[in-house]
Amino acid sequence: MQLNGKEREVAAGLTVRGLLEGLGLEPALVVVERNREILSRARYDEVTVQEGDRLELVHFVGGGA
Amino acid sequence: MAKTTNQGPESGAEVTVPGGGVVREDPPVVPRTHGKGEVAHETTRVRLAGRGGWVDPALESPPPSLQEMEEEPLVIAGQEFRSRLIVGTGKYSDEGVMVEAIRASGAEMVTVAVRRVDLDRREGILHVLDPKEFALLANTAGCYTAEEAIRYAHMARAAGFNEWLKLEVIGDQETLLPDTQATLEAAKVLVAEGFKVMAYTNDDLIMALRLEEAGCVAVMPLASPIGSGLGVVNPYFIREIKRRLKVPVIVDAGVGTASDACVTMEQGVDGVLMNTALAAADDPVAMARAMRYAVRAGRLAFRAGRMPAREIAVPSSPTRGMLD
Repeated sequence: MQLNGKEREVAAGLTVRGLLEGLGLEPALVVVERNREILSRARYDEVTVQEGDRLELVHFVGGGA
Repeated sequence: MAKTTNQGPESGAEVTVPGGGVVREDPPVVPRTHGKGEVAHETTRVRLAGRGGWVDPALESPPPSLQEMEEEPLVIAGQEFRSRLIVGTGKYSDEGVMVEAIRASGAEMVTVAVRRVDLDRREGILHVLDPKEFALLANTAGCYTAEEAIRYAHMARAAGFNEWLKLEVIGDQETLLPDTQATLEAAKVLVAEGFKVMAYTNDDLIMALRLEEAGCVAVMPLASPIGSGLGVVNPYFIREIKRRLKVPVIVDAGVGTASDACVTMEQGVDGVLMNTALAAADDPVAMARAMRYAVRAGRLAFRAGRMPAREIAVPSSPTRGMLD
């Protein structure tokens, strides 16, 4: 799979929540985009990472213009 | 002095003020009264153009009190803000200083950007910025196409705080000037999706009107390029945009120091958004406080109605009663 633009190996059957927890990220502060579609937080437990998935994990950072 | 004989529907003559804006001198209507009911000798009614065109002070009843003028809130899409200053959160070298500066500025709305999580550092800005303390305004900074801006907008909304969006689509890497056509295109899509779009744009009246028609809740013309600190390079167009639009006009980008913020607000606009002017100051907290005063002073000066500027001296002490 691709995570934030980089290839990454993950265990089969890993849920999105499991992935975030493994990375030490707080699900409430992160937005997950999976194959160009926003994944709602309610689905983090049911959706598992598939081979070839492209995941983007984004959050708010400092910015003006 | 450049003087135009432009006789608009309001039949006011325009006078260019050196270093300032344009004031319009209307034909004498009613004597202005000053202070304790004393009738001033000045019988020319003068107001800075703005605030939706001409309003005869005699028809405004009762006139607003000083307190009313000072406390008049900024209202965007029905939401009231006590501060007319919106600040960005970028470019600070220290997050603690950033939070202190934002508090010193008095701003209630702060802009944030959407970026990939840095998997080595992890921490986003919400570790230091409480969304309960400040209204978060996510931006689409760094986007060069409508499609990209829409994608970032979706991610910002999914963060789950609100549907407010500072839409910006950049058209040129060197000047960071907006691609207004792409901005309009993205605005139409995002407004239809329920976003409260505040659109960053050029100081171009026609595009400002189009963005308003598209349903943007505020239009944000630049004072000068992002991060330039050049101040308002085109006060006339800023005033024209304010005069013609019904939605709030927030000047966004280009303010460098307090006088720039004050001059910006003196054009009659509803608010000002800045980032680098605070973040790049030697003391961001002190500059933030200066900006708070400047925005309030500029707004109040606009509401007060400035004196007409002339290129001749007029004594302010009596010319009679001098000794022989």
